[in-house]
Amino acid sequence: MIEFDHVRKAFGDHVVIEDLSLRVEDGEFFVLVGPSGSGKSTLLRTVNRLVPIDGGRVLVDGQDVATQPIEALRRGIGYAIQSVGLFPHRTVAENIAVVPRLLGWPEAEIDARVAELIALLKLDEPGIAGRYPDTLSGGQAQRVGVARALAARPKIVLMDEPFGALDPLTRESLQASVKQIQRETGTTMLFVTHDMDEAFRLGDRVALMLDGRLAQVGTPLALIRSPADERVNEFVGGTRAYLRELAVRRVRDSMRRDEAAEGDAVSPDATLQDALGVMLAERRERLPVQGGGAILLSDIVVRPR
Amino acid sequence: MGDASRENGTGPVAPRERRRAQSALLQQRLPVVVLCVIGLVAGLALPFLNIAPNRLLSGHASGGQQGVFALLWLVAAAAGGWRGGAVAAVLLALVLPLIAAVDATLLLHHKPPTTRIQLGAGFWVMWLAAALLLLDRLRHVRAGWRAVAWAVVVVSLVVGGWQGVFDDLALVREWQAQRGAFTDALASHVTLSLITLGVALTIGAPLGYLAWRARRAGGTLLSVLAFLQTIPSLALFALLIGPFAWLAREWPALAALGFGGTGAAPAVFALVLYALLPVVRYTVTGLDAVPADTREAARGLGMTRGQLLLRVQLPLGWPVLLAGLRIVAVQTIGLAAVAALIGAGGLGRFVFLGIGQGATDMVLLGTLAIIGLALAADLLFQAMMAATGRRA
Repeated sequence: MIEFDHVRKAFGDHVVIEDLSLRVEDGEFFVLVGPSGSGKSTLLRTVNRLVPIDGGRVLVDGQDVATQPIEALRRGIGYAIQSVGLFPHRTVAENIAVVPRLLGWPEAEIDARVAELIALLKLDEPGIAGRYPDTLSGGQAQRVGVARALAARPKIVLMDEPFGALDPLTRESLQASVKQIQRETGTTMLFVTHDMDEAFRLGDRVALMLDGRLAQVGTPLALIRSPADERVNEFVGGTRAYLRELAVRRVRDSMRRDEAAEGDAVSPDATLQDALGVMLAERRERLPVQGGGAILLSDIVVRPR
Repeated sequence: MGDASRENGTGPVAPRERRRAQSALLQQRLPVVVLCVIGLVAGLALPFLNIAPNRLLSGHASGGQQGVFALLWLVAAAAGGWRGGAVAAVLLALVLPLIAAVDATLLLHHKPPTTRIQLGAGFWVMWLAAALLLLDRLRHVRAGWRAVAWAVVVVSLVVGGWQGVFDDLALVREWQAQRGAFTDALASHVTLSLITLGVALTIGAPLGYLAWRARRAGGTLLSVLAFLQTIPSLALFALLIGPFAWLAREWPALAALGFGGTGAAPAVFALVLYALLPVVRYTVTGLDAVPADTREAARGLGMTRGQLLLRVQLPLGWPVLLAGLRIVAVQTIGLAAVAALIGAGGLGRFVFLGIGQGATDMVLLGTLAIIGLALAADLLFQAMMAATGRRA
């Protein structure tokens, strides 16, 4: 659990965060989204005290971070950044093992954990553990960065636009990996991005941040369907926001179990966006769903969850 | 080249292509042509050896082998345009001293024992030209072969000297006469340089770290050090005599340790002052070589400042620091020569005593040893950089 309690931060005269209070629950995937300069990265960095705050408190599991020893605090929180920042003189395995080694884990346990993470993050190209960062592709490097953040099984992980510099395909693959790992391990995730689609795809809850304040906090559907004000509506995309809604809603929630259809079956876990894509590709208005039932174009359009 | 493109069936070579090929060829051969012309002129016009009645008087030229030199350089020029250029340069670098040695033996026949046969301007210019030719011809050769070529030259000359081949040359005679003093001077020169390097690193590296952390204060520190660097070395040594003599008077314990207005202590002090600027500057550059995101990640993952320094900044900045130490070593070895003026010993003594006595060979002996020492230090640091460079 991460709690921001009336947090305030200014750089000189410029107020970056103004009296901000927010609670991120245990096991939640929480996304801070907003334009550049909205203060979202600064807010994230107050959690592991890379940014000292000027007022208020930041609590991790009920304890004020300011009262904790700084290195111990940081070693207990996973951290991944957009520029990755791998250690160029260390191999992939050594990079992943940084925090466990700082924590003094036994070598055998470290080796086992590194092997596990390499498999978990689909880094299983032969011999990759012994390679140096300058031989990795951008996507591989960020996978190592994420593995490094997760290495010591932290209960809380902070990610600062980790996929911002990746090509769309690599980004989607990494988003899926991270979302899956987060769900399976029950990690509390605080994730910063400026990409609205990424925020809606990943977040259990999303906070839109504008000029150092929280404009709206809620589930992706809540932001899309009932924006708090005109500015939120603008950022979420106006009527285009409903296209984003398709990427959030799942087939299983809009399908009809008692009907059947012809063609390639879609997964009940697929998004409505995926289903619509298949309909457009196959020129059909209804598709079968794996395990029985069908999804209809008219339901995508009208039936709300 | 023209043939090759004709074979490819592209017809006549385009004029621009031909011009580019010609200019590339010219660029490649230009150093050979220039060096061989210099060698040829030096061989024809400058005295190869000088005959002096004793070690203090200057001699008169002896000549007669102009034909041989002309032939040698023409052969070298011909070989230089082709693969044998390096071999020709190695042979040239060996043959020139050999000719000098044989000539010296012949010239000394029926001469009084004080007679000295000195190497003349012709020899030095030709030998330098041969060395530069070798350097140029080895540029595109693999590092291993480069080392072999230089080893052949150095080892042959050393073995030859050991066997007494060059004994009749004045330079070698001078060395034989002063062997004991020379060894002492060499040892104290090396010691002086090593102590300076050690002290400069011990003080300079932490200063560099502080200067890197506090940018503004660091800038001031660097300008102070840069100012120190502008003080002429001779003047600095002289200026230090007063304060150091005073220190020795005030604290007799220091004087007992060999502290005083002259001697090794003020010499090392001055040399360290000169060495600090490069050490501090390269420490800052080395720390800058660590990417900011790597530092950010290290801090965010919970490394302490000490861990960051030892595990990230030092290994990543080390190659840059080593490059700085290389410069400091060569600079210190050169400057330490001047330290002889305030009684710090070292090879500089040979230079200054030689100047005082008018004994050119003594000056030459000191100078060549200093150059050799500086080159050796440079090679040593290059080897260390090559050994640690790949994965810092």
